[in-house]
Amino acid sequence: MSSAVEAVSTKPENHTSNWALWLRQVGAIFRLEVEKNFLGRRALLIYLIALLPLFPLLVLAVVRPPGNEWKDFNQFSMIYAILYNGLILRTVVFFGSAWIFMNLFRGDLVDRSLHYYFLSAVRREVLVVGKYVSGLVTSIVLFTGTTVVAMLLLYLPHFYSQSLRYFTEGRGLSQILAYAGITMLACVGYGAFFLVVGLFVRNPIIPAVLLYGWEWLNFLLPPLLKKISVIHYLNSLLPVQLSEGAFAVVADPTPAWIAIPSMLLVTVLVLVLAAYRIRHMEIRYGND
Amino acid sequence: MSSPDQLIIFDNVSKFYGEILGVNRVNLQIAPGITSLVGPNGAGKSTLMNLMTGLLRPTRGSITISGIPTDQPEQLFRKVGYCTQFDSFPRGLTGREFLNSFLLVHGFERKRANELSQVALERVNLVEAADRKVAAYSKGMRQRIRLAQSIAHEPSVLILDEPLNGLDPMVRSETIALFRRLASEGLHLIISSHILHEVDMMSDRVVLLNNGYIVAEGNIHGVRDEMEEHPMQILIRCDEPAKLAAYVFAQNHVIEARLHDDRRGLFVKTRDADRFYLLLNRAIAEGELNVESVAPVDDDLSAVYQYLIGTTGGSA
Repeated sequence: MSSAVEAVSTKPENHTSNWALWLRQVGAIFRLEVEKNFLGRRALLIYLIALLPLFPLLVLAVVRPPGNEWKDFNQFSMIYAILYNGLILRTVVFFGSAWIFMNLFRGDLVDRSLHYYFLSAVRREVLVVGKYVSGLVTSIVLFTGTTVVAMLLLYLPHFYSQSLRYFTEGRGLSQILAYAGITMLACVGYGAFFLVVGLFVRNPIIPAVLLYGWEWLNFLLPPLLKKISVIHYLNSLLPVQLSEGAFAVVADPTPAWIAIPSMLLVTVLVLVLAAYRIRHMEIRYGND
Repeated sequence: MSSPDQLIIFDNVSKFYGEILGVNRVNLQIAPGITSLVGPNGAGKSTLMNLMTGLLRPTRGSITISGIPTDQPEQLFRKVGYCTQFDSFPRGLTGREFLNSFLLVHGFERKRANELSQVALERVNLVEAADRKVAAYSKGMRQRIRLAQSIAHEPSVLILDEPLNGLDPMVRSETIALFRRLASEGLHLIISSHILHEVDMMSDRVVLLNNGYIVAEGNIHGVRDEMEEHPMQILIRCDEPAKLAAYVFAQNHVIEARLHDDRRGLFVKTRDADRFYLLLNRAIAEGELNVESVAPVDDDLSAVYQYLIGTTGGSA
């Protein structure tokens, strides 16, 4: 073994501010995590979830269904709104975010590799931020991609030239951006929630299912309780408002200028809770 | 005497896992040099190390390393490196990427991280395998890459949980030499091991643990001297062991004298080794016998371990 070791400072550069150090550390954690999110063995399920809405749309691109609404271009914004609300937002983004964000810490615990982060000279709050940002980028890339591709796949095969004009000159572009923005906001909100759940609960499936039920039953809740959910704020932002059915308790949609900051504020609070939890966390793999 | 900012201090530390005892009422001050934690499985060695590095939090009491509380990892791990027993790694990384990645997480610039990784790989003799996936490493190589990871940021306190496990004899002796070199550079080394003769070879002091309690601590010979209930055994190789037996047996402090099987030596059990050595010197000076060698038989860690813990400990 070599005994030659340079007698030079080994400490991270002292002259840099804490912020510069934290940013560098967030970058290092982000690179490690994002590679794991996209290329790790757990990524396969994410790709399947992200592709889920595209399979039926591919079939519909080849075989036009019989109903009249499929012959009317103006109906397509409603068809997409139903598809987006029921399948993309409530299923793909919800379960996709659950899988990505719960595994940020829980996955490392299962793989017994979280201690390498805990044995590094990094604030655990910085670790939370690095991991959260990696989850956010992963989920936004995949699910915003799904949102946009699904819309194009619905319109283009049936009304090609009309759709091109719609997306380049008409309301299509603003709709596609609105849906993409809602998907991003959903990743932000659900992501923070599932990150925390992964830190507190050994089997995160149960809270995920409970939240899923709560979000689906949102239309039955009184107006005050509706506000204790993510889906209420996201629905308020939809460019095409959908009827929630005969039994729905009607509540005014929350304006965007309240909905967006509220969700971001709650996300920050949830991340603070995650940081507190991780600060006091022990590594006892035997229990995980 | 070391100042508090050079010491690892356990102040009345207890750790319980629910109702199960990890360690209890540990008061300990560890000075620079090589300190070994010794004890049977479940004695509390790994618990103590995990507490020292903040992976576990004490139920009671507090721990500081060079004045830094263990709940401040961002400061603690500028000074501390920990090679755990967890034999798992982030997936898909080569040895070099593994070291680099976590040096970057420490906050080092990329160029500096590359340099430090290279030095660490050289120190553990793993340069040739550095660009292979860790998943393809043998057990010994995985042990060495973990060791490299713990020393890569050049900490002043190195905590090593069973660091010689899985290493072949050649690498074991190289690794022990590395530990000695690091200790001579002024590092704190805290090593847990169940291979008693290796601990004996490399340690400046030992901490003996059993059932979560510290049974003894200090220099091994000092610990042995304090065990008055176990008389010291000494083997004297000489030409007339029977004559020596008669000579020493008249002394109050000698409680047993037994001829060696080959009848060319005598085992003596004495409550006062110093007085016995004086007596022996006098006998030699008076020309009463020719002595080939004198050696304490149970003045090592194995004997202390056996007396205090009641088993024979481990062997390589």
